[in-house]
Amino acid sequence: MTAVKCIDLCKTYRQGEQEIKALDHVDLDVERGGFVCLSAPSGGGKTTLLNAIGGLDIPDSGQVWIAGTRIDNMSKSELARLRLTQIGFVFQAYNLIPVLTAKENVEFVMQVQGVPARDRAKLALEILDEVGLAGLDGRRPAEMSGGQQQRVAVARALVSRPALVLADEPTANLDSHSADGLMELFVELNRNHQTTFVIATHDQRVMAYAKRLIKMLDGRIVGDIRQHEH
Amino acid sequence: MTKQLQIVWTLAWRNLWRNHRRTLIMIAAVSVGVWAMIFMTALMRGMVNDMIRSGVENLPGHVQVHHPGFRDDPSVNNLIPATDTELAARLADRGFRAWSTRINVPAVITSERESRGVTLYGVDPARDRDVTFVADSIAAGRYLESIDDDGLVLGRKLLENLDTDLGKRVVLMSQDPDNDIADRGFRIVGVFEAELDNVEETMIFGGKRTIQQMLRIGDRVTEVAVVGPDYRDVEPLRRELARILDDDVEVLPWTELNTYLGTMLRVMDGFVLVWTVVIFLALSFGLVNTLVMAVFERVREIGLMLALGMRPVSILAQVMLESLLLLAIGLAVGTSLAWATIVPLEAGIDISIVGEGLEMFGASSVLYPELLLADVLLADAVVLILGILASLSPAWRASRYRPVEAITKV
Ligand SMILES: Nc1ncnc2c1ncn2[C@@H]1O[C@H](COP(=O)(O)OP(=O)(O)OP(=O)(O)O)[C@@H](O)[C@H]1O
Ligand SMILES: [Mg+2]
Repeated sequence: MTAVKCIDLCKTYRQGEQEIKALDHVDLDVERGGFVCLSAPSGGGKTTLLNAIGGLDIPDSGQVWIAGTRIDNMSKSELARLRLTQIGFVFQAYNLIPVLTAKENVEFVMQVQGVPARDRAKLALEILDEVGLAGLDGRRPAEMSGGQQQRVAVARALVSRPALVLADEPTANLDSHSADGLMELFVELNRNHQTTFVIATHDQRVMAYAKRLIKMLDGRIVGDIRQHEH
Repeated sequence: MTKQLQIVWTLAWRNLWRNHRRTLIMIAAVSVGVWAMIFMTALMRGMVNDMIRSGVENLPGHVQVHHPGFRDDPSVNNLIPATDTELAARLADRGFRAWSTRINVPAVITSERESRGVTLYGVDPARDRDVTFVADSIAAGRYLESIDDDGLVLGRKLLENLDTDLGKRVVLMSQDPDNDIADRGFRIVGVFEAELDNVEETMIFGGKRTIQQMLRIGDRVTEVAVVGPDYRDVEPLRRELARILDDDVEVLPWTELNTYLGTMLRVMDGFVLVWTVVIFLALSFGLVNTLVMAVFERVREIGLMLALGMRPVSILAQVMLESLLLLAIGLAVGTSLAWATIVPLEAGIDISIVGEGLEMFGASSVLYPELLLADVLLADAVVLILGILASLSPAWRASRYRPVEAITKV
């Protein structure tokens, strides 16, 4: 079954006179359990594509299907529900709620989902441990480094075991040791739980982990390379 | 849903703390506003109530009963049909706070030098002292002692106008039911003082039976005055009196006996509402502004929550809850402050320095602020309801954010 299917997606931004084709007739299929890296130079359309797949942004034309359901014509609340229950997000720029601690940020999605408090706390502490943040659970985002914040965001994206994880530059602020740690975690989830990953990145280390490498340029897919299985 | 509420609650509470300075300023503003509403209302209430109370005392009674023709022609031609004994039997043991059956007719009082038109009251001092202020306002001499008392009690001003004195004799002249002159000599046994000159000039009091004999009206009266538990709520009393008395009498509450005072009470209630709303409108600018700012500062955060799948209605709830918390704390502080400042002043504030002119309107020179639960509730309700309405727009706006725009905004 396809986890993600994009058919002829187009998205154009207008900046004054200029028209920017952020997505230019993009077709993409990602099977369940896929582990895909999107790589493109800056401005190539990675974030735009992830936003369209995640139902955060509506494309100008084309269709988006998630796990066999068409989502580009869904209502706001249907989309919110889809994001909440099926997708784990790591955003590129802004990820954490400032007033909440690391643990509370990780718990946030579970809390909105209605997971009981006891289970929530246990899962949150476990995953924080796995991303290498044991003991930092009580810190606010402002009290953590960029890399630590990013790992909290990853922890939150993974903790409720979503079927699909969309991660935008998840290793941007990380040293290679932490980056490897995160990628191992992704791989393990991908292997054991058939979690589908779509990761936008510039990072060669990350691409090395991908089963499939998709290259974009100016909103178009210009390469689709199947790599090794894990 | 309760779980959603829990996180909404945590977020709202933390957000208030995050910007504690702004939160404190906002709470202070709401508190001061609420305090001002309640405090000023209590002062005005005190003033108006004072006017109304002395007005009601002068009437006197909360509800009066007369012959239907009495208001057009207040004289012995319009006696209450039932005898005084019958009336007394019906009024007894009803649990009224006070009641008095009395005679109330126009008369002319003549001293050796002057004469004046007055209203003559024939009263039972034992009953009337709880209905009229006079018994407690005797400045010289004594109050009446029985229904057979043949002395007369009159006001200080009238005594001066008649150029006479305590212990001197005067002659009273009125009509009997056959339109013949009814007159009698009296000795002045007491002098009273009142807040209003007009009262001192026109009201004179004698023993009920003495006056009945002078007017040749037997065991009859012109007026029943009854005091109930609350002058604001006289309708139940009026209904009860109408029920226990015969149909051939007119039963009227003070609000209709003195329409000026009645209107005043109604206007006052309206005024309190307008006043609280006006203060609130001033407040609400600050409130809405603060909330809009608080929401605007959190565009990205709110976008993030939406992106993660929180429902817009939960965002709405969160912003609303924040303003509710602000309002609730402000209300609690403001209301306590009002209570703490008004209660010590309830013994009275002497405003005689600025109060000279007020007597004209029937207000005294000591102001007794009056804290009514209803006014406190009104102020709190106005702030709460309008506050909720005012925060709807920023809250709505926040819930309408598009998640992408919010999280990609740099
Ligand atoms: N809100 C917007 N308004 C106007 N243009 C936009 C907007 N968002 C993206 N773009 C443009 O669309 C194109 C694709 O942007 P996108 O963010 O998808 O690139 P990206 O591959 O994620 O780049 P980066 O690696 O820098 O994150 C860029 O040219 C960008 O300038
Ligand atoms: Mg990007």
